[in-house]
Amino acid sequence: MKKVYKHLLGGTEGTIGLAALLILLAIILPASMDIFRLNLVGKYISYSFVAVGLVMLWGNAGVLSLGQGIFFGLGGYCMAMFLKLEASDPISTKIQSTPGIPDFMDWNQITHLPAFWVPFRSFPFAMAAILVLPALLAYVLGNAMFKRRVGGVYFAVITQAVALIVSLGIDGNQGYTGGRNGITDLRTLLGWDIRTTSAQYILYYVAVALLIGCILIGRMVLSTRMGRVLLAMRDREDRLRFSGYNVANFKIFVFSLAAMMSSIGGAMFVLQVGFISPSLVGIVPSIEMVIFAAVGGKMSLLGAVYGTLVVNTAKSLFSESFPQLWLFLMGGLFIAVVMLFPDGLAGIYTTVRRWVIRASKTRRPKVSQPVVAAELVNVEGD
Amino acid sequence: MSSNSDYLLSIEDLTVSFDGFKAVDSLNLYVDRNELRVIIGPNGAGKTTVLDLICGKTKATGGSIKFKGREMLGLQEHKIVHAGIGRKFQTPSIYENLTVFENLEISYPSGQSVFGCLGFRRTPAVIERIESVAKTVFLQDLLQVEGAFLSHGQKQWLEIGMLLMQDPELLMLDEPVAGMSQPEREQTVELLKRICEKRGILVIEHDMDFVEKIAHRVTVLHLGKFLAEGSMEAIRNNPKVQEVYLGH
Repeated sequence: MKKVYKHLLGGTEGTIGLAALLILLAIILPASMDIFRLNLVGKYISYSFVAVGLVMLWGNAGVLSLGQGIFFGLGGYCMAMFLKLEASDPISTKIQSTPGIPDFMDWNQITHLPAFWVPFRSFPFAMAAILVLPALLAYVLGNAMFKRRVGGVYFAVITQAVALIVSLGIDGNQGYTGGRNGITDLRTLLGWDIRTTSAQYILYYVAVALLIGCILIGRMVLSTRMGRVLLAMRDREDRLRFSGYNVANFKIFVFSLAAMMSSIGGAMFVLQVGFISPSLVGIVPSIEMVIFAAVGGKMSLLGAVYGTLVVNTAKSLFSESFPQLWLFLMGGLFIAVVMLFPDGLAGIYTTVRRWVIRASKTRRPKVSQPVVAAELVNVEGD
Repeated sequence: MSSNSDYLLSIEDLTVSFDGFKAVDSLNLYVDRNELRVIIGPNGAGKTTVLDLICGKTKATGGSIKFKGREMLGLQEHKIVHAGIGRKFQTPSIYENLTVFENLEISYPSGQSVFGCLGFRRTPAVIERIESVAKTVFLQDLLQVEGAFLSHGQKQWLEIGMLLMQDPELLMLDEPVAGMSQPEREQTVELLKRICEKRGILVIEHDMDFVEKIAHRVTVLHLGKFLAEGSMEAIRNNPKVQEVYLGH
């Protein structure tokens, strides 16, 4: 029990941090917003799954992927395909020339449901696909690159190219994917109307619960020897090989884990927002997601959530008032964070906390030991 | 002449060429079990390259490196480590963001696969081993200090400690006393003498006083080639060696 407390929750401080986030997301925000605004927050929470994955992948393992939108999109499309098939029953599509297939297929003169769509009639299959497909894709991509020791900037550029290819591929195959418009007009999940206010509240809470789950999984992984190995890999990858580790396997593992988290976020996005399109898969969203993690603090799982919320709130406020200036502001924000607060919001929190501790120490003089100082630096991560 | 498999390490005809430049050229080198061998030679003699070749950091162009009779050329780095070869680099290469304890723990040789790491537990046996190695390398009081806060000499010791955690049968040390104070050097001499009892050690070093204190035998390299081998005494009096290296 004590071990669970220490490893999963990160001791007193980690527990307080997690509880604070939970109170904010589950009580304060729902109590202070109408459902329209809360649904927006739910959308941001879907993005924050990607940011949490990036903290694992980029902050801890030092692998920067500029293509996490691929996995977000994969989860989103898996979910959307299931919902679309459910919405395309023969009765509601009887005016189509081929009833029973999604409307966009009918518009594109497709008369049979394509083979890769068929399994998505099954809810269990769709749920499994949301978890397995992104991990599998990340495994294949990771194997192809990390085993050949493609890393750093090259890896980032290749993931970005893959994101572009995937978004163009979806865009260009309108009959199979819905093309640029994406998959829209989603209505029910196993007969439950997801567009009602009560459904949106429930889905919001499901997203919060899953997000907390991902954060706990992240903490658990980082609290094992894996966490130390990832840090060692980030700082001295070459040395780690000579400590007896197959570095590529560790990168593949964390890349797959981050992909899986992103995919869950994509699925929750579709459930709450009601559509998915290639504009959520390509280069721009993938880079934005890195910015969320950077603003939150790339070493902090909780920070990633705050970063996502802050950037997106700013985005919706600014883009309502100054639509042309928004992209410049976003770029400026990213530069400012990297230059002034390299550890993001979490870094600001740590600095303030250190001042408070120092202030309280000078009031009650105590014998300070170097060991204590080292331990303090140690927990900065989260 | 005994057969090659009797040696801990037998290097034969080892060659590596970088764009036609032969950094190591048809080198033969044999290291016995329980032997402490020092490789010396002027800058550019190929000393560090030889260690790079043995530990798999650099791929050889030709030749053979047999460790306990088993070919090491072509193996991945971590497999060479698991075969029993440990390597300390020229500049101390430790994990600065981890504590001394964690640095040693990373090097603990079991549970180093992905799932091994997820299920790894700090059992009393692991902790005991870490504490005993820390004591061997004079760092027992600094276990909770982060690597970045150690002095240069302490970093060197920590890296040797990380190798000892792996319990290798062949230990390769590239300039282990560089940047150390005189008392630290003397401690290191004692350290090497102690750990050499159970394994073969290959050292690269420029400090001749230090070499004299530790070496069982010395091999001299020059321009990637074998020049001479023998006791320190014999090497000092070797006219060829005096000409290219020690005479100046």
